[in-house]
Amino acid sequence: MQAHALEGGFTNAPIDAARAFRGLMTAMARPGTICDVSGATAPAPLSVAAGTAILTLCDPDTPIYLGAACDTQDVRDWITFQTGAPFAPADKAMFAVGGWDDLPLAKFAIGTAEYPDRSATLIVEMPELSSHGATLSGPGIKDTASLSLPDCAAFQANAMLFPLGLDFIFTCADRLAALPRTTRVR
Amino acid sequence: MSDYNFAYLDEQTKRMIRRAILKGLAIPGYQVPFASREMPMPYGWGTGGVQVSAAVLTPEDRFKVIDQGADDTTNAVSIRRFFEKTAGVAVTEATTEASVIQTRHRIPEAPLREDQILVYQVPIPEPLRFLEPSEVETRKMHSLEEYGLMHVKLYEDISQHGAIATAYAYPVKVEGRYVMDPSPIPKFDNPKLEMAGIQLFGAGREQRIYAVPPYTHVVSLDFDDYPFEPTKADHACDLCGATDSYLDELIMDDAGGRMFMCSDTDYCGTRCAAGHCGAQGTPLAEDAA
Repeated sequence: MQAHALEGGFTNAPIDAARAFRGLMTAMARPGTICDVSGATAPAPLSVAAGTAILTLCDPDTPIYLGAACDTQDVRDWITFQTGAPFAPADKAMFAVGGWDDLPLAKFAIGTAEYPDRSATLIVEMPELSSHGATLSGPGIKDTASLSLPDCAAFQANAMLFPLGLDFIFTCADRLAALPRTTRVR
Repeated sequence: MSDYNFAYLDEQTKRMIRRAILKGLAIPGYQVPFASREMPMPYGWGTGGVQVSAAVLTPEDRFKVIDQGADDTTNAVSIRRFFEKTAGVAVTEATTEASVIQTRHRIPEAPLREDQILVYQVPIPEPLRFLEPSEVETRKMHSLEEYGLMHVKLYEDISQHGAIATAYAYPVKVEGRYVMDPSPIPKFDNPKLEMAGIQLFGAGREQRIYAVPPYTHVVSLDFDDYPFEPTKADHACDLCGATDSYLDELIMDDAGGRMFMCSDTDYCGTRCAAGHCGAQGTPLAEDAA
């Protein structure tokens, strides 16, 4: 294991994780809202926001799928040391991290009719993140919101699966936004 | 402070609860199972709400706890002190100053803002439980969106009492999909479930977490000819004179004397301090401290 796997974790885990979770929860409860998060510095190519989300949510109970561009030995060492989360193929993963083109959407768990919560949460690394783009509406949004999404059709198809479906967290540098399955995308 | 991890729970437990909260927000009204921990208070005292609060609180928060609207009952005081001690957070009794509010059986009268979070303590999260005791069956009913039994129950209310007699824990349908128990809030509070703040529900003994994101459609179940009616005692608050708040009835003596007062103590106190006065209230003296 490389020494830098030991670096870049939370300096004060309970406090850093609590603040980061407030950002994650706000983003998931208010789709389209972009939140600043910080606390973790993961090895390249992972962003600060993606690293922070992983440290806040992942542990030995949550298998992670790594998209091709993120699947480096440095990233694996870092996640293993910092969280203890195992790595898994897409169909067994509870979380996934990667660029939009690296995530095989059709393979992830979307939950079952009786347990729709047993679905994957995808952390999508974005080249940029802004409140210009697709129009969002649904729970958590007063009228409409806008967010730069990598695709539209995929999210429309995902929303059709409700109450099943995938939930997305978009990360870019130290900012993140989220798109739960309930959001209608136009 | 140094004796406890921040907000009492260990980090792995908080991560597990946090994942459940995120799934709950993504599937509004669906009860997410979680591995509820034993807390240093008995079941029925808000162990679910306490675990959700522990997972949500940050050091910057200002925490308020109400029990039936009151900040000063044993339950509310113990939980507030618990987080003062284990999380070191600031506390308040003023609804408008709080960023996280844990509640038992009421929604505050003051409308909640976007930056506020309401955490409910839930005894029985399953709205169908008293109609169907089997978890296997109720889970199947939710998956099939089979809620006929609930409508039959409301219909039987009408056929026996001439009106829907359910007065608290009145079932709601969230975002047109899941029927949800809003916890035993009076049905007077049901219209407030569509609010700007985030609502999180925790049931400790029953090991369920669920959520309603801001601005989510929450419809109280009813019939076209028997529409839902939020009801309260037909009276004004005897302390502050409010006619728009939910009231508690208080028996004053053995001769049948009684008074009505706001169940939301902060709302009532704020109104009294602003000079409002009800039939049995003491007018605010000009030189009062």
